[in-house]
Amino acid sequence: MARNVNFDLNHPLVEAGLESPADEDVVHNSFSELIAEQSQNGLSDAFELQELQNELDEEGRDNLAYLTGRGLNDREWEDDERQTDPLVGERWSSDTLKVLSSMPSRTIGRSRGAIISQYYNRTMQLRRRRQSRPSIRDFSHSARPSIRGYGMEADCIDAEGAGASKRERLVNNLQNLSVSDRIRMLRAMPLSLAEKSELRTSTLQKERRTRSGSQIPCCSQLKYYIIIAVRQCWYSWLSFLHSLQLWQVALKRVSGRFGTGVLSYFLFLKTLLFFNLFLFLVTGAFLVLPQAVHPPVLSADRQSFSGLELLTGAGYFSDTVMYYGYYCNYTLHRSCRDDDGGQNISVSTGTTSSCLSSHHSYNMPLAYFFIIGAAFFFTCIILVYSMSKSFGQSFRIDKSHSILAMKVFCSWDFKVIKKTSVKLMSEKICTQLKELLAEVNQKYVKNTVCQQLWRLMVHGLAWAICIASTSACVYGIYHFSDFMHQQQQQALTNKHPMLKEASLLALPALVSLINLLLPGLFNLAAWMEDYESPSVGTYVAIGRNLMLKVSVLCVLCYHWLGRVAADPKSINLTCWENFVGQELYRFLLMDFIFILLDTLFGEFLWRFFSEKVLKRRRKPVFDIARNVLELIYGQTLAWLGVLFTPLLPAVQILKLLLLFYIKKSSVMMNCQAPRKPYRVSQMTTIFITLLCFPSFLGASVCVTYTMWSITPSTSCGPFRGLKTMFQAGKRWVEQLERDNPNLSVLARAHAYLVENPLFLFVGAGIFLIVIYFHSQVVDGQRKIISLLQEQIENEGEDKKFLITRLQHIHEQKRTSKRRLKSQDSNY
Amino acid sequence: MGTTASQLGKDSLAEYQELTFLTKQEILLAHKRFTELLHKDHKGDPHARVPMDRVLTLPELKSNPFRKRICHVFSTSEQKDGSLTFEDFLDLLSAFSDSATLEIKSHYAFRIFDFDDDGTLDSGDLEKLVNCLTGDTDDTRLTTEEMRQLISNILEESDIDKDGTVNLSEFQHVISRSPDFVSSFKIVL
Repeated sequence: MARNVNFDLNHPLVEAGLESPADEDVVHNSFSELIAEQSQNGLSDAFELQELQNELDEEGRDNLAYLTGRGLNDREWEDDERQTDPLVGERWSSDTLKVLSSMPSRTIGRSRGAIISQYYNRTMQLRRRRQSRPSIRDFSHSARPSIRGYGMEADCIDAEGAGASKRERLVNNLQNLSVSDRIRMLRAMPLSLAEKSELRTSTLQKERRTRSGSQIPCCSQLKYYIIIAVRQCWYSWLSFLHSLQLWQVALKRVSGRFGTGVLSYFLFLKTLLFFNLFLFLVTGAFLVLPQAVHPPVLSADRQSFSGLELLTGAGYFSDTVMYYGYYCNYTLHRSCRDDDGGQNISVSTGTTSSCLSSHHSYNMPLAYFFIIGAAFFFTCIILVYSMSKSFGQSFRIDKSHSILAMKVFCSWDFKVIKKTSVKLMSEKICTQLKELLAEVNQKYVKNTVCQQLWRLMVHGLAWAICIASTSACVYGIYHFSDFMHQQQQQALTNKHPMLKEASLLALPALVSLINLLLPGLFNLAAWMEDYESPSVGTYVAIGRNLMLKVSVLCVLCYHWLGRVAADPKSINLTCWENFVGQELYRFLLMDFIFILLDTLFGEFLWRFFSEKVLKRRRKPVFDIARNVLELIYGQTLAWLGVLFTPLLPAVQILKLLLLFYIKKSSVMMNCQAPRKPYRVSQMTTIFITLLCFPSFLGASVCVTYTMWSITPSTSCGPFRGLKTMFQAGKRWVEQLERDNPNLSVLARAHAYLVENPLFLFVGAGIFLIVIYFHSQVVDGQRKIISLLQEQIENEGEDKKFLITRLQHIHEQKRTSKRRLKSQDSNY
Repeated sequence: MGTTASQLGKDSLAEYQELTFLTKQEILLAHKRFTELLHKDHKGDPHARVPMDRVLTLPELKSNPFRKRICHVFSTSEQKDGSLTFEDFLDLLSAFSDSATLEIKSHYAFRIFDFDDDGTLDSGDLEKLVNCLTGDTDDTRLTTEEMRQLISNILEESDIDKDGTVNLSEFQHVISRSPDFVSSFKIVL
């Protein structure tokens, strides 16, 4: 391409042609004349084509330029080019090249005249629109001027006068715009300041009558300064906020060294942190704080702090705001301490607002019920929103996803000025480009039938191993939890209490151990399979790890809700909710400890070993999929436990914060950038989908089940004495109705909306219908896009056709002239 | 347009403010920085040019791989030597400012990436662009094979009318789908 059309700088003709816009218009003329000639079906000799004639003399030079151009720009991809673009494959005369290079589509990016005419068109459009619909302030962003408006007008006007008159008309148009529009227009013109100021002065000159200059009255000047100052403050505040963004530098360093893949892990961690922060703020402000201000009367035999509690979460912690059991089941009053002799249900005043004047009251069971519900509801909304956003970003409706082009055109961050960061950015872009290319390349690999059969067998074997090991582990956990359950049933009073507490750690340790070891086995299987594309390998690894984690969590949920909650008396539990909360705390903690161990042994010691003993230069590669799934697993535990342990999000926040720094330093120290670079295009989307679908949905199903159909403990917690937790809301509504008959509508609404499953079905139905309509709209848009693309391609074909015709005519002219010339010389 | 900020003149300041995306403070700061670059003899001259080498000593441009292209694109010099007047400098800052529109940013980005100034991005331009992005060191540079693939892929993705080059409209089409372009195409003094 380069050698043909653009000719770099070593072509004197084309360069001269590019300098002045006036010259371009000449070329436009020749083009249009040629087209006209064609349409008249005349290769009439009467038509004089000056340029073509001149060309005769320059033929030799043309050849020379062609040769030098070839020498300089001849590259390996010449053949490839020829395939993609038949326009380029042939050798054009310099005249055709001139026409090519002055086509409207190519001049907008370069010449002043084209820009002026483009903006003339735009001001026209704006004026028209103003007249018809004055409310619309914005105008089209499409930079493509209408061909008709541009080309034809330019062609029919005399070449010299074209630029000037165009400018004149632009000035006229600008005058007719309102002041703010004009300023906006002028500002947005990609012309140099001198030209813009010329345009401005000529616009203003014609409009002398109103604006006399820059004399602004004093008070408006003051206002102006204040506005500017406020805006400056706002901007600096914004930039300050920007600089406050969590872990900006660390993330940049990670992405500079490891690319987007590893970065997505840390970004995901950050997202989780915000989810937990939200959950913590909600439960902390509305549950923990009120209860902590009004502590209930505690039994005397309170256990002292021994240190093991940090691991087990039991003992001393049992009677704190940390667990469900601590929360009271009555309305908190400001004078709570005076009259809380009994723990009778005193939902006397109903809503908090109605009794604000007399004394503040806080209906704890109701708050507990609604806060947990609201927290889950809002988390769900945020999750679905971020999921849809991320889907929108990674899956565009038009199929031509120009990722590579986008990466190349948009990835440079011009703000970066530090030399090291520039280098990092170069590294990062290079890694990403290689990832993208690797992904594009792996599409074109073909295998024979035999190979495919072999591969299929290997895959089958690998899957069999994975499924078998997973089910074995799940079976083991099922029986081990049963065993531990029975152990506790056989009253272990004779044992040392510390030992008893420590034995609680056995199940979490086993589960975490399985979570640590089985992914290693999966990796082994994946190594055996040897996936060609790294992203497919990642997806398979995610699938297997997910299978393991989901089944483990299912068994555990059955253990807690089916065994423990169903029959708490059998293991001498007074408050099974506390027990489940403690279990979840232990699981969360154990998970963290095992991740630490994994980091230490799997990354640090392994690197040490391979460097010192095996003398290999390679460092271990950071396993994104496994690490992300560990995060999701931990988050599921946190969501499951929020009902029983309102402070569990705080524990999770701490864990995530520590994990970030540990993982970051481990990655920077022990790992190397992925050897086989791959792009994690939809990774974030997949992670967030996984977080939403099995993780959050599973947790909320468990929590809802607990609230709706499990009988809470009779002697602890805000729901004691109730049949289900759900009844707290029901009772409150009934109370409300009794107190205030006017609000019976609310009670009926509650009965209809919450207790009737029909409403749920209708809601789900509407939701599905909305989704269906949206998908239909998207489908239609996709069709339109493909049609438009087809049309553009056709127009490109037309362009090619015209250019080849032009060249053809030119050749014919040339040969006929030559023949004439030779005849002349013969005479 | 004088030597000091106070001498810039209220009229011209207002005019610059109207014609660029810069605020008053930014223009004054730009003027201060520009006069620092100017040679002593030219301090009073409003149309004095600062040669490209001197402009590139600005820390904001120093390590930018596109620094020379930026100077060339914004220079109005007849000799095409990349030297900047104060107005050119303001143009530059305006295009890279916070409030500049996506359109103007993409227009100038296109011209910066159009290394041979021919109005389209052809494979030669794309190669130079990619080399600028990946840096000069050997370990970051793409191999010839990778480069070939990359360029043919870019053309395949963004060259809608299939003429073998990416023109401004096609370029802006690509840019419009990248949400972070506006935030990354910025230079702050």
